[in-house]
Amino acid sequence: MVHYMTTRLDRSFAALSDATRRGVLEQLGRADASITDLAATFHMTLTGIKKHVGVLERAGLVTTKKIGRVRTCQLGPRRLEDETAWLDRYRRRWDERFDELDKVVEELTRKEQRDERKKRK
Amino acid sequence: MNARSESEPGPVKNRTTVERTSDREVVVTRTINGPARIVFEAFTKAELFKRWWVPKSMPMTLLSCEIDARVGGKYRLVFDHDPEPVAFFGTYVEVQPYARLAWTNEEGGEGGPVTTVTFEEMGGKTLVVLRESHPSKESLDAAGTGAAEAMIETFDQLDELLVALAESAGR
Repeated sequence: MVHYMTTRLDRSFAALSDATRRGVLEQLGRADASITDLAATFHMTLTGIKKHVGVLERAGLVTTKKIGRVRTCQLGPRRLEDETAWLDRYRRRWDERFDELDKVVEELTRKEQRDERKKRK
Repeated sequence: MNARSESEPGPVKNRTTVERTSDREVVVTRTINGPARIVFEAFTKAELFKRWWVPKSMPMTLLSCEIDARVGGKYRLVFDHDPEPVAFFGTYVEVQPYARLAWTNEEGGEGGPVTTVTFEEMGGKTLVVLRESHPSKESLDAAGTGAAEAMIETFDQLDELLVALAESAGR
C-alpha cells in the first residue's frame, strides 16, 4: 500500500514537473479538449503532445477516450473523487430531510388511523 | 421525540439514493412510510413542511415559511442568518394533488433550477422521486452543497475561525 502510494505520488510529481503538462492540466480544468486542440494551444506536434498526455494519463491525472477519430482528454480520477464527495454531501442532505419527513408522515398516518377507529366506534 | 418507540414496531429506515443522470440533472429517490396523500401534504403545507425541510446537520433556523401550492403560486423560506436573513423562493409550475409537484428556484435569478417531485404509492408507502434540473453544469455543481446553503455554512465557519483567531490573539 505504502509502496503503491509512493509510486503514485512519484508519478504525479514527475508528471507535474513539466511546465507544458501543468499547462495541459490547467487547460483541461477549464474544458475537455482533443489532442489536436492541445497541440495547437501549446504549439506542439501531435506526437509531442501525445507523449505529455501519456505521462499525465499514467499518473491518473488525465483520462482520454476516443470518439470516432478524435481522442478527447479530460481531467482524471482526481475529478472522480470530487464527484463522489459531491454525491455524498448531496445524499446526506436529502437523507436527513427524508428521515424527518418520515417521522412527520408516520405521525400523521397514525393519527389518521386513530381518528378512523374512533369514528367507527 | 422518538415516536417510533411506541407500541407499533418501528419501520426499517429506507434508503435515499442520489444519481447524477446528466451534467445538469440529479435525481433523488426515497420511500416514505405513509400514503402519498399525506406525503404530498407534508410537501405543500407550511406547518408540516417546516418540520422536516432543514437538514439536521445544517446550522440553519427557518424563520418563516410560506407555501401557496397552486400552479402559479409562490413559496418563500427565510432562514436566520447574520448579518441578514437569507430567502429561498420560487413559483409552483405543476401541482397534481398526491401525484406530482414542480417548482422553480428563483433566489439565484430567473432561469434557475427546476425541482420536480413525483409521489407513487405502493402498499401504503410512497416512493418519492425528486429531480433537480439545472440550467448548466456549473449550477448543479454548486448545488452539491446547496449554493446558498453552502454560503451560509461557509460564513458560519468563517465566524468560528474569526472567533478562534481573536481568542488566540487575546492570549
